[in-house]
Amino acid sequence: MEPADELLQQESALELQAEPMRLNMGPSHPAMHGTVRMVLDLDGETIVNLDLQPGYLHRGFEKSCERGTWAQVFPYADRLNYVSPMLNNVGWSLAVEKLLGIEVPERCQYYRVILGELSRIADHFTCNGASAMELGAFTPFLWLLKVRDWIWDVLEKETGARMTHSFGRIGGMAAPPTADFKDDLRALIPEVHKVVKEAEIMLIRNRIFLDRMQGVGILSKEDALGYGCTGPVARASGLPYDVRKDYPYMVYDRFDFDVPIGEDGDNWDRFMVRLEEIRQSVRIIEQAIEQMPDDGPVNVDDPRIVLPEKHDVYTTIEATIAHFKLVMEGLQTPKGEVYSFTEGGNGELGFYIVSDGSGTPYRVRVRPPCWFNLAACREMLIGEMIADIIPTFGSINMIGGECDR
Amino acid sequence: MSQAVVDRLRAQFGERLLETSHAFGGHEIVVADKDWVEVAQFLKEDGELQMDHFIDLTAVDYPERPSARFDVLLLLRSSVNGGRIRVRTRVDEGQELGTVSGVWPGANWAEREVWDMFGIGFSGHPDLRRILLYEEFIGHPLRKDYPIDRAQPLVPYREVEEIDKLPPFGIEEGQPFARIDWEARLAGGDNQVSPAIGLQQGQRRALSDSEAALQIQKRLAAKAKAAATEATSTEATKEGQGD
Repeated sequence: MEPADELLQQESALELQAEPMRLNMGPSHPAMHGTVRMVLDLDGETIVNLDLQPGYLHRGFEKSCERGTWAQVFPYADRLNYVSPMLNNVGWSLAVEKLLGIEVPERCQYYRVILGELSRIADHFTCNGASAMELGAFTPFLWLLKVRDWIWDVLEKETGARMTHSFGRIGGMAAPPTADFKDDLRALIPEVHKVVKEAEIMLIRNRIFLDRMQGVGILSKEDALGYGCTGPVARASGLPYDVRKDYPYMVYDRFDFDVPIGEDGDNWDRFMVRLEEIRQSVRIIEQAIEQMPDDGPVNVDDPRIVLPEKHDVYTTIEATIAHFKLVMEGLQTPKGEVYSFTEGGNGELGFYIVSDGSGTPYRVRVRPPCWFNLAACREMLIGEMIADIIPTFGSINMIGGECDR
Repeated sequence: MSQAVVDRLRAQFGERLLETSHAFGGHEIVVADKDWVEVAQFLKEDGELQMDHFIDLTAVDYPERPSARFDVLLLLRSSVNGGRIRVRTRVDEGQELGTVSGVWPGANWAEREVWDMFGIGFSGHPDLRRILLYEEFIGHPLRKDYPIDRAQPLVPYREVEEIDKLPPFGIEEGQPFARIDWEARLAGGDNQVSPAIGLQQGQRRALSDSEAALQIQKRLAAKAKAAATEATSTEATKEGQGD
């Protein structure tokens, strides 16, 4: 018998230190995308306990909203989920429009849907690409980001900015669609399909990728409900909740699309749900292009809400006054409290707004989907290995700007 | 659907449902702060309502109100029937509200945020500390009387009390860092790697029957003895001071 084997018999001699080790991960760690800190208690490599500490990106969104006009929230809203800013813009527009009791023209609704779905595709591309990259698959990341860039090209052409568009307006959009908007989309869609397929081929039969994703970071349906998870995280856990389907807003009830559902609630399901949602978003865009009218107004016809044309502001006194009042006083909303929710990139993006009847919000509460998904992350990680933090945290798609506000 | 929720609650709680309202497509009920947890529990566990999906918990500050300064709001949804409800209660400054984090675990972080931003305490909360801001922050910024442009100074490094030892460590403390055990090699041993790493990699014999190991054990024993003597001497000094 080898001496080492002999020692195995006497357990005390080989007993390693069993005291849990405390390890700080983040906030500036390459895997902690949104600057979040994790304090881990480790037994060997197994996570016994962890304390998630968000807040490193807190800028005081809600407080800042209380000092400007309703329209001045748009740039802040952009910087909530900066990976899909258009969805936040539209979410805020819809919240204030709900308070005002107005509905934007149909053309604008389709326009918002298309731009929003483009943002969603970009969001899911980023999340899935980054997840793959962190596990060593650099090529799919570059490919997916290549398409994201093409999507951003379209968004840039429409809005003038690649990322933080600030393009939403209360009662419409900042500008009508450009003349070749539909043609650009028709050219883009086959490319999206192609690259999704390519990335899929590279990843979904890759043994290393599968081992890191499957059966890791499991979140049960009950926990998903209790923690308030929404979006792809909840759907991967088998909770068929999509605001676009369950509480349709804008024109989502006119489209034929499916809500992908996972079974196990592991990283793999979250990855696949996002991949499938990209396809469903493309389906929505395809239908929306067909249904969207080519002419017609984009903004509501109400000078108390929408800024007048620039030309009129310079030439007529009425438009000058309207412009002045809208910019200086802000549009006047009725008194009341509204909770308006849309499907953001990560789930139910809700705006709870309180108006005291003035041109400034009294209170704005954004319900950040990331916040609740991140809270549930603790449930996913306890009992897993330290290396599993990387794919699990990646699949949450925690966006610091939205989570910490 | 949501009207049915209100009706069901009305049947269950009667007069304890202080107000009900319906505006902008949302139903709302107002309950007293003492009924808060009970109503929450009922909403989740009632077979008809099944409000199992936690949506949000937040607060609004009304400093001009004569009493009950804050509104606390709980937003819920049922994954079974799609019903939605908003529950509201009013609490005064310094008053604690019962926690609903036992009903929905998601309320844990939401209540921590409300504590952080408004300073509303939640009795029975398992871990009520600041979440977005740091513990040295003074005040609760979402209160209306907190000016938006107030700057707080940078905080100094924290004193960490739980960690009994901080670097730099002594020579023989902590994990072996070197791959070569020079001490053992210079003493004439044949060890190429440090004992701990060598043992892990199976490159060398087990510690207990090598000379180096015996040396280490001796050293450890001596160290323990020295520590013990030191401890007794300190105690003796303390006693002396006591006298």
